[in-house]
Amino acid sequence: MPVVSMTVNGKPVSGEIEARTLLVQFLRENLRLTGTHVGCDTSQCGACVVHLDGIAVKSCTTLALQCEGAHVTTIEGLADPDGPLHPMQEAFREHHALQCGFCTPGMIMAALDIVRRRGHDLDERTIRDELDGNICRCTGYHNIVKAIAAGAKAMAKGGPVRQAAE
Amino acid sequence: MYDFAFHRPTTVRQAAGLLARNPEAKLLAGGHSLLPVMKQRLASPSALIDLSLVEGLAGVEQKGRSIVIGAMTRHADVANSRVLQEVMPGLAMVPASIGDPQVRNRGTIGGSLANNDPNADYPAAVLGLGATIITNKRRIAADDFFTGLFSTALEEGEIITKVSFPIAKKAAYEKFKHPASGFALVGVFVSKRGSEIRVAVTGAGANGVFRVKSFEDALKKRFAAKSLEGMSIPATGLNSDIHGSAEYRAHLVGVLARRAVAKATA
Repeated sequence: MPVVSMTVNGKPVSGEIEARTLLVQFLRENLRLTGTHVGCDTSQCGACVVHLDGIAVKSCTTLALQCEGAHVTTIEGLADPDGPLHPMQEAFREHHALQCGFCTPGMIMAALDIVRRRGHDLDERTIRDELDGNICRCTGYHNIVKAIAAGAKAMAKGGPVRQAAE
Repeated sequence: MYDFAFHRPTTVRQAAGLLARNPEAKLLAGGHSLLPVMKQRLASPSALIDLSLVEGLAGVEQKGRSIVIGAMTRHADVANSRVLQEVMPGLAMVPASIGDPQVRNRGTIGGSLANNDPNADYPAAVLGLGATIITNKRRIAADDFFTGLFSTALEEGEIITKVSFPIAKKAAYEKFKHPASGFALVGVFVSKRGSEIRVAVTGAGANGVFRVKSFEDALKKRFAAKSLEGMSIPATGLNSDIHGSAEYRAHLVGVLARRAVAKATA
């Protein structure tokens, strides 16, 4: 079987996998990083969004082998287990931007990509447009949008929290 | 998804060699059409040949009076290309309208064209600008490239390397998005380059993308939305499904063409 090696949340990892193994399967089943979720498995819902070399992708539509040598960041890589939350995570908590929580990891990873591309001063229209690829089945978008606007602002202020694991 | 062998060549020549030795293999570009159909077991290639490490296949550049886009250029990179925004923003509208941000971060122009999904956006731009598809073997004119549903003039072992778009003074894309998939229920690309006028329609035709001669003739007199007032196309040969009847699509072609011309002349 092929062997894949990559850096996940700053740590080098490798595994022997079938070629058909999706990135999300590798993360969840081989690495036991179960924060990344599988919602629709058809590239629509965004529960599986992770960062591949700093760019948001749907890990259910990416083969693990395509990530050979790459840097992957998952929701687990945003803050230390016992440390303070990442400002975007903190904003989701503060604004009650989750109900069941299933879409939350993908929402937060997508939100960080919005900040990367569109900056820290985000209006509601921009955020709603940019969330095209993320579905909240609880329909809790209102607070998600508020949290992303607040999280983006909080990230601009910097602070002690690192912005990603790399 | 059935298992397969996985290859990562670093040159087009290596990729072509792998294709020749593995007749059941498929090229993997962004994977956002291929992997979903493999999951559904509608495709089960014996091998995937990943083009992401092949040098020189990505990028957008202006060469004389053309914009040349590498086959592996991601939709997001074309949409945000500074040079494209400057010289032909109408073409950038096409990748900007595809899927969602994460899909645009992975999907590629070459993959989209080789797949020729009847609802895909890029075929409208390629036909609507009279672009040239450049492969490892030859150059193929847009008018000869699209040969039907999911089929193209590409031969066995042929690999798209670049697409060359002539720069049109006026160009725009207008699309009626399917609200769930983001695919074009109907999409219309219009362009005016000197005396050459093109109107190309995706999403509507039962045989994939096509040009609308009657609209092009009307726009030759004056390139303005008004020239198309009241015009539509016959519903024969158009798709009819749960999302829209052939008549509805025919109506949309007229509406979207007028909007596209209005955008191109704004």
